[in-house]
Amino acid sequence: MKISVTVNGTLYEREVEPRTLLVYFLREALGLTGTHVGCDTSSCGVCVVVLDGDRAVKSCTMFAAMADGHDITTVEGLVQGGKLHPLQQAFWDCHGLQCGYCTPGMLMTSYALLKHQPNPDEPAIREALAGNLCRCTGYQNIVKAVQQAAAETNAPAPEPVAT
Amino acid sequence: MFPAPFDYHRPGSVDEALALLTRYGADARVLAGGQSLIPAMRFRLARPAVLVDINALSELSYLREVDGMLAIGAMTRDAALETSALITSKYPLLADTSALVADPVVRQSGTVVGSLCHNDPAGDWGVTALAGRAQIVIRGATGTRTVTIDDFLVDSFTTAVGDGELALEVRFPTPPPRTAGSYQKIERKVGDFATAAAAARITLDANGAIADAGIAIGAAGPHALRVRDAELLLNGAKPTKELIRAAGDAARKLADPAADNRGSVEYKKDMAGVLVARGLIAALARLGVEGLR
Repeated sequence: MKISVTVNGTLYEREVEPRTLLVYFLREALGLTGTHVGCDTSSCGVCVVVLDGDRAVKSCTMFAAMADGHDITTVEGLVQGGKLHPLQQAFWDCHGLQCGYCTPGMLMTSYALLKHQPNPDEPAIREALAGNLCRCTGYQNIVKAVQQAAAETNAPAPEPVAT
Repeated sequence: MFPAPFDYHRPGSVDEALALLTRYGADARVLAGGQSLIPAMRFRLARPAVLVDINALSELSYLREVDGMLAIGAMTRDAALETSALITSKYPLLADTSALVADPVVRQSGTVVGSLCHNDPAGDWGVTALAGRAQIVIRGATGTRTVTIDDFLVDSFTTAVGDGELALEVRFPTPPPRTAGSYQKIERKVGDFATAAAAARITLDANGAIADAGIAIGAAGPHALRVRDAELLLNGAKPTKELIRAAGDAARKLADPAADNRGSVEYKKDMAGVLVARGLIAALARLGVEGLR
């Protein structure tokens, strides 16, 4: 069957088998390998992408056919104009990653969280990330990174400096 | 593993969905959130020849009170309950449940009605639906019928929804005054299947006695089980520590769990009783009755 999916602002039309899972469509049909495959059974969260702007979905547990006519944001879509997204910068600043395998899923789950709750407290961040596994960091620095990104995103624009 | 091949349909209306389900009969499965069906297909535990994807039916996504009932549409996702002021203020049993289903990302896709239709022995919503006396509205080519949750849960992974039929919504009676509930679950980690689960719903009369109780347990048999013996003990009685212990014992007696790496039969039976007691204590605390722990 033919599907049309907008990924990171670009419209792609591709022929897929109905049983093609979204994560394999993104990685193999579109070459967007930033979205990882982990457990492949919806337990680990490394494959999370954002559907229609604010819904985090595990792309190993969704058919590409279900995305027909929809809008997908992957980790490749976070960088704008060559500048890291505040979440990406915060993960860098706070050492929110070690091996990096879970990071795309952590970023996209956090991205959807901040769309719904721009200023989540620490328990809300831990709760939102409960479906994303990290075996390196112990989560502490991931939580700190999301807190930093939320604070930056919500901070008022700096006043022009008087000269 | 990839699922076996299938034909995919995405109807644009309920009538179109019913026409597809009628045409393909037993070969077709309804795809809603997909959070149980897709893993089952990946493990080749399910091999439907046809999927009817109802995600485009936005008219089936609602939470609304009608004629003394809360209606939850077939495309209403778990996350919608978690963030609904109506649910958190008036339906604490449902709010408890929606916060404990799978994990927060899965809940952004998974649906309440889909979970009921999957009827996993360890599923959450069957337990709450039994304690909450829910009804399911099912539509087929020849008309619409309403079945009680007791009749809906037929066997593991089997419900009263027949070939060619679509479950449209689940309805929960709006709790009368002096009613509260609680859902309790033991899981090894967020997102794992329940080791044990229980739901309790209590209505008190003007004298502080229990006017009506609903008790159910999960992961303790072929599907969620209503603990009728506990309900009979509770109805008409004043809540005491001894009564709560006896209600828990009725759940221990009824529970018929399978041993697995989550625990032994003995442990799971005991936890069914512990969770019924915890659920009752939490529900009564929500009604201002303390000191029963």
